[in-house]
Amino acid sequence: MRAVARIVAEADGRGGTRLAVLRGESPLLPRRTGGSSGAGVTVHLVGGAAGPLRGDDLRVEVTVGAGAHLTVRSVAAQLALPGRAGLPPSRLVVHAEVAGELRWLPEPLIAAAGCDHHARTHVEVAEGGTLLWREDLVCGRHAEPTGTVSLSTTIRYAGATLYRHELAVAPDTGSPAVLGRYRALGTLVAAPALPATVLPATFRTTSSAAIMPLAGQGFLATAVGEDIREVRAALDPMCGAAEGAPGGAPQARDGFLAVGDGSHRVHAPAKPFAEREIAT
Amino acid sequence: MSLATLLVLADGRLPAGGHAHSGGLEAQVSAGRVRDLDDVAAFLRGKLATSGLVAAAFAAAACRRPGRWAELDGGLDARTPSPALRKASRAQGRALLRAGRAMWALPPIGREPHQPTALGVLAHAAGLGPEEAAVAAAHGTTTGAASAAVRLLALDPYAVHALLARLAPACDRIAGEAARHADDAVNDLPAAGAPLLDIGAEHHATWEVRLFAS
Amino acid sequence: MHPDHATPAGGAWPRPSENYVPHAHGPDEPPHTHPDPGVDPHQALAAGPRALRVGIGGPVGSGKTALVAALCRALGEELRLAVVTNDIYTTEDADFLLRNGVLPAERIRAVETGCCPHTAIRDDISANLDAVEDLEATLGPLDLVLVESGGDNLTATFSKGLIDRQIFVVDVAGGDKVPRKGGPGVTAADLLVINKTDLAPLVGADLAVMDRDAKERRGELPTVFLSLVEDRAATPVAEWIRILVGVRGPAG
Repeated sequence: MRAVARIVAEADGRGGTRLAVLRGESPLLPRRTGGSSGAGVTVHLVGGAAGPLRGDDLRVEVTVGAGAHLTVRSVAAQLALPGRAGLPPSRLVVHAEVAGELRWLPEPLIAAAGCDHHARTHVEVAEGGTLLWREDLVCGRHAEPTGTVSLSTTIRYAGATLYRHELAVAPDTGSPAVLGRYRALGTLVAAPALPATVLPATFRTTSSAAIMPLAGQGFLATAVGEDIREVRAALDPMCGAAEGAPGGAPQARDGFLAVGDGSHRVHAPAKPFAEREIAT
Repeated sequence: MSLATLLVLADGRLPAGGHAHSGGLEAQVSAGRVRDLDDVAAFLRGKLATSGLVAAAFAAAACRRPGRWAELDGGLDARTPSPALRKASRAQGRALLRAGRAMWALPPIGREPHQPTALGVLAHAAGLGPEEAAVAAAHGTTTGAASAAVRLLALDPYAVHALLARLAPACDRIAGEAARHADDAVNDLPAAGAPLLDIGAEHHATWEVRLFAS
Repeated sequence: MHPDHATPAGGAWPRPSENYVPHAHGPDEPPHTHPDPGVDPHQALAAGPRALRVGIGGPVGSGKTALVAALCRALGEELRLAVVTNDIYTTEDADFLLRNGVLPAERIRAVETGCCPHTAIRDDISANLDAVEDLEATLGPLDLVLVESGGDNLTATFSKGLIDRQIFVVDVAGGDKVPRKGGPGVTAADLLVINKTDLAPLVGADLAVMDRDAKERRGELPTVFLSLVEDRAATPVAEWIRILVGVRGPAG
């Protein structure tokens, strides 16, 4: 299955943001959610089919013009599945050009046993632009080994590469230098700075989570966990706190989100972060 | 190319500051993730495939184009999110340059480059090629942490060296892969990350008491 | 200067010794220099406008850190002074100096030694050299840098690439046989300090025996007896350093 989704957000000239382009095709269906209050808009990616599956070739293009504020979320985790043998790996390319503010906060990617999924992300943030980029990965569904996943992320700010990261996960490759026995990983890149509402001083560096000032203008927060809840506990407050920014009101999420083929459920926070104990 | 020169460059006794660094092992030992020889083996394999590959590729690239050391250093900055690891890499790069200047005539390079950049430039000055620079980098990735493992876990040194011998083919393979990238644009060079090395290094840097600098 | 290589920018190359003989280089030979075996490659250590570096080594618990603290008290007012500590556990000794308020924090650097303090002062001195350089870069010219070794055994000595003079500290509680046992620290240190003499009656150590054995081992090299309980300024050691700094002249 080949699919392209395209989202273009522009300043509407009245202090708000309008979606100049919002189109996609199954399984990449972007939907505007939330009201039009505030300066920003929120778009949810709505999965139109199970997957990605082997052979899928998916592309998401996002452009955020100067003065525009866009938050992108997804309604459910992305579940990479094996699909038909002999087909090439499933592929997801995300390309974003950001002159305004982009907050990319999707649900996790789950690497089901037997999957072979390649994700490639390239984000260009112009000087003066603002980025919050979250990527979560869960290695295998409950009690199953992980599939094969290869992630490659390039984030550039003001014409220089700020963050360049690749991660390859495959069955039987657990190393205490990489992920060890942890099954969940979350990363959050903020450029050029953490949202003003996030105080790194309140974040405690542990042996499973850290906030790191990058060499260039930006931060990386990384967390590992036995499951995605531990990762969320570490990283969500940083994303949740940013909800107060012009991106709009927090989107209430369902307590449980059905994922992919429905054989598995991912626990998601039942309340917006501001109401959760962890945020206080 | 002189094999003996390569051995001089890759010798663990080279006074280049390596003995004070555990290559991230001390943090993982303390976190309980590395307890025995099997864990050390898994740690070294993971390290070799991630930061080892990156170090080898950048050493090879710096050997091929020493004049581009600053651009390569920027590439390593972008691949090293942990400030503690950037500091450790630059401290070892500086120490390596100090040793290198005593041995060979080095082309211009900054005062405190990343260790792989410095290694590549030294290899170039020593008349070695990108593949040799890469193998020295990959080898150094494993031997430094292995030596720390002997000290931190009181492991049998023969068992640890047997492990290093078993890892040698993997070192060669990683170095070969790295050297094939020697001419790539900096953004296209390998960028394999190791989340636990990043997190561990940051946590380690907050300790009041530690044995190794990183 | 080596005849077939240009001087590298800012280069601190060794000068070849008098008996250096140039040779031809083959076309397939890698470019190389020839550190002459007769020349210490650490050129900066030849007399120059930099601080006198004094290494202070000795076994665990012999009183090295207390001696450094005493020297800071005695010399801190009159000399531009900084300290590098080499600890088994990173910053323990540096913290002791800070707690005792003998030197402001910016004049103290702690070097991690990866479980091997003797390696950091003898075999691979790079981290210590970096620390000394950083202190000089931050503080400006210094007269004296004290480099304290982590507590080790009787065999630990400083590389001449790192320090100009070294002091070895033993204590009477370690037994009056220590000077007789020798070892490179006791026999070759520029100054041997036999510390904690106030404890001698309590541990049954015979200072006369230690003095005699030290003389036998050390020949003309000086030995001093010290009790920091009785002499908080470590007077004989401070005086020995004053003379060395005086001979050397002020740093640039």
